[in-house]
Parts: sequence; structure tokens; C-alpha cells
Amino acid sequence: MSVQLDRNAAGRMVPTKVNGRESVPFAGVGGHRPSGRKAAPAIASCIDYPDDGDKRVGSIAEALEKVGLADGMVVSSHHHLRNGDAVANLVFDAAADLGRRDLMWFPSASFPVHANQIPHLDNGVIHHIEGSMNGPLGAYCSAGKMRGLGVLRSHGGRWQAIQDGEVHIDVAVIAAPTADAFGNATGDRGPAGCGLLGFALADSVYAEKVIVVTDNLVPFPCLPWQIQGNNVDVVVEIDSIGDPAKIVSGTTKITQSPDRRRIAELAARFCAEAGIMKPGFSFQAGAGGTTLAFALYLRDLMRSAGVTSRFARGGSNKYMVEMLEEGLIEHILDGQTFDLDAVQSIRENPRHVNTSPFTSYNFHGKGNFASMVDVAVLGATEVDLEFNGNVVTHSDGRLLHGIGGWQNCLTARCSMLLVPSFRDRIPVIVNEVTTLCGPGELIDVVVTERGIAINPRRQDLLDAVAGSDLPINTIHDLKAELDQICGVPQKVPKSDQPIAVVKWVDGTIIDTVWRVG
Amino acid sequence: MSDLRPATAGPIGDDVRSDCHVAYEPGDEALKLEIASKVDYLFSEAIEAAIRRVANGLGVTTGRLEVVDRGALEWVLMARAETCLRSAGAHGSAALPVEHPNCHTPRVRERLRRSRLYLPGNRPKLMLSAGLYGADGLILDLEDSVTPADKDAARILVRNALISLDWGASERMVRVNQGDAGLEDLRRIAHHNPHVVLLPKVEDPLQVRRAADFLRETVGDRAPFLMPILESPLGIHRAYEIAAADDLVVALTLGLEDLSAEVGAPRTEAGWESFTARQTTVYAARAAGVQPIASVFSDISDEAALARYVQRERGLGFDGVGCIHPRQIPAVHAEMSPTEAEAEKAIRIVRASRDAERRGLGAVAVGSKMVDPPVVKQAFRTVELAVAGGVLDTDWDDESA
Repeated sequence: MSVQLDRNAAGRMVPTKVNGRESVPFAGVGGHRPSGRKAAPAIASCIDYPDDGDKRVGSIAEALEKVGLADGMVVSSHHHLRNGDAVANLVFDAAADLGRRDLMWFPSASFPVHANQIPHLDNGVIHHIEGSMNGPLGAYCSAGKMRGLGVLRSHGGRWQAIQDGEVHIDVAVIAAPTADAFGNATGDRGPAGCGLLGFALADSVYAEKVIVVTDNLVPFPCLPWQIQGNNVDVVVEIDSIGDPAKIVSGTTKITQSPDRRRIAELAARFCAEAGIMKPGFSFQAGAGGTTLAFALYLRDLMRSAGVTSRFARGGSNKYMVEMLEEGLIEHILDGQTFDLDAVQSIRENPRHVNTSPFTSYNFHGKGNFASMVDVAVLGATEVDLEFNGNVVTHSDGRLLHGIGGWQNCLTARCSMLLVPSFRDRIPVIVNEVTTLCGPGELIDVVVTERGIAINPRRQDLLDAVAGSDLPINTIHDLKAELDQICGVPQKVPKSDQPIAVVKWVDGTIIDTVWRVG
Repeated sequence: MSDLRPATAGPIGDDVRSDCHVAYEPGDEALKLEIASKVDYLFSEAIEAAIRRVANGLGVTTGRLEVVDRGALEWVLMARAETCLRSAGAHGSAALPVEHPNCHTPRVRERLRRSRLYLPGNRPKLMLSAGLYGADGLILDLEDSVTPADKDAARILVRNALISLDWGASERMVRVNQGDAGLEDLRRIAHHNPHVVLLPKVEDPLQVRRAADFLRETVGDRAPFLMPILESPLGIHRAYEIAAADDLVVALTLGLEDLSAEVGAPRTEAGWESFTARQTTVYAARAAGVQPIASVFSDISDEAALARYVQRERGLGFDGVGCIHPRQIPAVHAEMSPTEAEAEKAIRIVRASRDAERRGLGAVAVGSKMVDPPVVKQAFRTVELAVAGGVLDTDWDDESA
């Protein structure tokens, strides 16, 4: 199969057609603006649904039959149950039992637990996956075993693709920790409580058919309803939608790695010294080890400076909740909850608010929260001398992570990558990223254990920390130091067989992931 | 090379990181390398070249070398290969790794020794960033943290670390073993610019003189300084003789874990069981004109207890304490620093002393009070500590110009 390639505005070779659809090469940040009308499902009428509101059927297979699952359809699922999710696997097991073929799986993210789908890919039930692929699925796709191209989108990009019609979901299956027979659903309670269901919101509105699967059916009304039953076709009750121990952690622990702690501390001090940490500021910190420690160092600096934050964007956890309760953070606008304390907080604290990629990340929104945040701290697998970032592949080219909200968060007023300068002998600062996921013009600061590099485009930040005792380096100096420590790496040859594409937030293709091995 | 035997070195397993395993099998064919590395796509050529340099240096030209690399830096790979081939029976001078630009930084007798961070001598992963943490000293340990079977591997690794590792601004320290093993340690590291060698369980000044003489014979006036560790009642009893045993001694410390065991009084947070030992160490060191340094604090999770410990040891007269985790270092430096009031008082004395010198006066007076020379000397030290601990700005002296 020969693939037509085109050079995009970032200089990367990308396919002109992806899974049969024409695609648009990346045209630069802000260089593409889809037009037309938003996509929509067919008109439904309430007279076709039970007057008593009871939409239950007996099994997932029955539900799939009832909504008319056919060969070649697009089936979506969501990752709010993380590595504890049972539902996405049960759906494709049922589809296989029904003899369906060539389905496209459209998850908001996949986890190692979803290695279950590999036999379904092998035997033709699933044609390909458009969503993040990690662990075993990442290895499967990287080895070129998938029939279609993988398509990696950010959380905001997934919403964009649904809304502008690039992906039309035939059947959305929403795992609901608590729901009623009408289809109202919430994630903030129940044995598989995960906090919130924001990743499923777009699917509930735009999918042709919506199935809610729950293991905690409550009498109508299910309150609060994060998913509205009025969008739901069918409800299925099963014994268990997932393994609670793998959905949220009981306790979130701070990293003991001295390198990670140093990176986090330098990043927090940078925010203070650069004047970002001012009264009423806002920040976004994820749940990774380093970004979690960042929030704690920031907390200490905020306390001693008497500064409070107007809002923080989650992933939230116990430590963010403590800051909320202490008054250091006035509001948490949450996208994901990572531990039991955070789930309890979002259920009980009115200042801890449920958000979705629509409020925060969507390219077709009339603005979004991510660009209003003063500072966002993120990870990366690689960053290059132009400050371009890679978050999806290992430096040998293997698929390793999804994009998550990473691309969307780059629009924060100050975006910072908190990364070790090398992992084992593998340099994280490189001449050119293996896979381009975020353009350097949007990446402002790189914080490593060996020093902080500020993007030369941000003279304001350079000026703000001039004269501080922070270890400010150029990215070239950091790279030179790595060459001394690790040695100068060989050039890694790339295959010419695309196995996946990386979308930019506007739906254009920013880079290609090539086959490895 | 038919007289070589099979040998292995370095850890193996999926959880190994930044290290490697090397196995040698003798044979008559030209030396064959089989390298499996998680970083081969970036460094396969460099890895092969480094291993070959080591083999050539040791004159190994036949057989089979198998390397399972889990992301080891070059100096680590070379250390493991050398350990393996020496254990296979190869002799000769192995190739040394590339020098870090700072590896020739000279040692300094008078310097801050507030914190010293112990690092196990056979665990490269823990060494890689150690120079970044601002410890006044880093100790690569060849003694308690290294099993008897790994002593030789650790000697070679520590030697390579002295050559290639970034030590930052930290003093380059090595703790050697007791007895003859300790002399072998010295023989293997002395040429590579260790600044200070810690001698364990010293009970007799002869132990110090033996090490000092050996070092002077080996590297002449580049001999590293010595820091004897008192770890037994006998050692404490002879503390002054030990501290004064040789000019190379710059500091005296004690090891409370072993001492408590020998005394039969378990170590408590209050520390009364070792009070006399600690105070004796301070007095002996001061009498001999060397720095008294306190024992390590080993509970890394209890930051409040660490702060109390450092305050207490500083109050006894110690100039520094031992650390086992980088996160202890800032707390140690903060607690070893004088208070602002102490710093200001010290500045007044320093200025008065300069003033007296300028005016040719023999005695120093602050206000109407005369200040004795030891107090003046201590004031200079207090100012230095205050600057190092961030209590005073580095330019505190500008206005006096």
C-alpha cells in the first residue's frame, strides 16, 4: 500500500488521506479554521421511547442489537474508569459474539487493560482505533499490525472532530458509576465512582445512539446528572463496570525521586520569581509524579507569600483538595479526579466544579478555559532545540502515550514542560523531536533537574527572572551538557510506513507516527 | 588468552536501570561482542567502542563478551566490563572513561562541610544527579553499603565516577573499608583526585598514619585529606590522638549506629546515650584544629526530627552532619546557618576586627566590650556560614568599603 504524503507547515511528511478521509496538513498555529455547520445526529422523537422512562434492556449485546450496531460502524467509549474499565472490553466482546466486523473504536483514551481488544483487532471485529494507544495496544499499532491508521487526538481535538463532523459516532457507550433507568448518569458516586464523566459529554450529544451501562442503578432521578438521560437510547445494568482499585487510587503519594522533586521545586520557584504566582492567578497541574510535587512546592510558596489562586484546573487529588479547603485555591475546575479525596470533594464541595473538554479545550468553542490559565505544567517524552514537544512516542518511535489535554494546555499564558534531562541514557532534550505534538512557539519554559530553559520568544519571562538565583540556561547549553553526559546519540532511522497520525487541536495533521520493528 | 575463566559483573533484570550486566566466556576465536541494549538505537556504536577499549586495554582479544545494557552511561559500562574481565583473570591497565571537565578541581583544606551525602558505591543510578543537590560533600561509599562480593566492582565504579561523574560544587569524598581492604581501596582511587577519604572505625592513630603515609607515597602532595570516623568506645577514648595523628586530617566524625551497638545503649532521639561521645569528638577535633562533624540522621521522612537533630548537634559545636537522602540537604543547611541576630552580631565583630587591624590596635573592641581572638575567629566563620545559608547576602560587605 503506497501512501500519498505531503509536507506540512512544520516540515513534517503527513498522509493526505487517513482511513479513507481527505485530511488537512498542519497549517501553522491558528492557520486552519473549519467552516460549515456543526454535525448532528438524526432527529429523535420522544414518542419512540417509553413513557415511563424505563429504557433498560437485559445485556450489552441486547443493547447493541437494539441500537442497530452494524459492520463498519464507529463505537465510542471513555476513559474515566482509567485502567479499571471493564465496559469497553465487554462491548467489543459482545460485538464479536454478535458477529460484527470492521468496527472503528473511538475511545477518549485507552489503558493497558484494553489489551483485551488485540484479539478483536486480529480477528477483524475492530478495524482500527482512533484514540490514544499505550502499552500493548501501542506496541501492536507501532508494529504495523493494525489495518487502518491510528489517529491521535487531544481531548479538545476529539471534541473538535465530533463537532465538525470529521468523526461521526454511531454508537456511544458510556460507563456510568451511577445512573437511573432513564439514562441520567453521574460519576461522583457509586462503587466505581470516578468523579466526573466529561469525556463522554460530546458523545452523549452528538452520537447517533447512546447506551449507558451502569452497576449502580438508582430510582429516577439520578442526581446530579452529568449525562442527561434525554440523550440516551438504552440503559444496561451489569454486575460491575470496573475495578475500583484501578479507577482511583486510595491515596496519592508524592514522588520520593530527588530529581523529580528538584524539577518540581524549580518550576514552582520559577512561577514565584517570574511573577506568575500573583494574587488571583490560576494554574493547571496534572497528577503525574512531578506535576503533583509541583503543586506542593507551589502551595508552600503561596502560603509564605500570602497569595491565593482564583482557580486551579485539575486533574485533582487529595493535595489540591487540601489547598481548596485551606483557601489557597478558591475554585477547582476539574477535568478528572485521581483519588478518593478528590471524588468526595467534587461530590460535596460547591467550589469544586465538574468541567469537560467542551469548557476547557474545544477548538470549536467560543473560547475555552485552557487559554485563560496563567501557568500549566506538563510532561513530555522529548523536547527539541526549537522547543517543539513530543508526548506520544518514545525516542525510538514507539507509541507510548496519548496526547490527553497536553496540546490544549499549551495555550496557557505560560506553558512549562517539567522533564528529566535524560532517562537512563536517553536524552530528553534532542536536536529534533521524533514526533511533533506541540509546536515550539507554544512551549514557553522547559524545566529539568539541570536547569531551566526559557523559550527565546518569551523575552518577558527572561527579563522577569534575570538576576534570580534560579539555574537559567539556554536549551542549547542543556543539550551540550547532555551530549557530555550521555554521549552524542546516533541518528535513528525511520521506516516509511505510517502507522498513525497526530492531529493538531484544529483537526489538521501535525505529524506522522512511523512503523517500528 | 586461554588462561581466562568465565566471569560476570553488574546486575541483571527488568528493573535494572542506568546499569548493565557483562558476561565473559573464554574461547579461541577473535573477541566477539553480543550487545543487547535498551538504548542501542541511539548508542550501539558508542557502546561497542567503549567495551572494546576496555577489552583492548586489558589485552583480551579472544572469547565472547555478552552485554545486557539497561541504559548505563559510558563510564558505568566501562566499569562493568572491566570488573568482568578482571574477574575473568585479565590483567593490565584498563582504558579509562572520558574525564568530566571538573574532575581536576583541587581540594581545599578550609571549606564548609555542613552536609555530606552518602551514596552506595555500587549503585550508579543514585550517583548520576548527585552533584546537583548542593551538598557540601558527596561520599561514594565502599564500606557498609557494598556487599563483600561487590567490593571490587564498587572500587572500579567509584574510580570511574571520580573521573567522569559531575560532582557539581560538592567536595569529592570516598569512604574506604577497614584494614587491608581499605588500603586496596586507596590504591585504586588515590590517583583520581578524591578530596577527602573517610576512614571507618578508627581506634588507633596508627590507622590514620598508615593511610596518610600510603597516600603520600602514592600521590605525593596531591594526597587527599582524611576524615577519621570514630565508631567504638576505644575510638572515642583516643579521639584527640586520632584527630592529631597527621596533617592530612581535616575533620573528625563519629558513627553513632555502631557506637550505640558497642556501648549497648540503643540510639534514641534525645541522644543522651551518646552525649559524651559527641561532646568528646567536638573537643578533640577543636583541640587538634580540625572540623568536628556529626553522625548521619537516618529517618528521611521525619523532617522535624532532622531539624531538631541538626540544631542540637550544631549546639554541641559540630560543623556539619551526614545525610542519606538529597532532600535532607536544604534542611541541614538551613539549620546549620546562624540566625539573623547571630549574623549581625558577627558582622559587628568582623568590622571591629578589621578596624582594629587598620589602626594597628592589638585588641578588638565592640562598643565598650573587648573581644578575644577565638571569638573574632568564630565571628568570621559565622559570617561565612550565614552567607552560605542565605541568611546574609553575598554583598553584605559592600557598605563597609
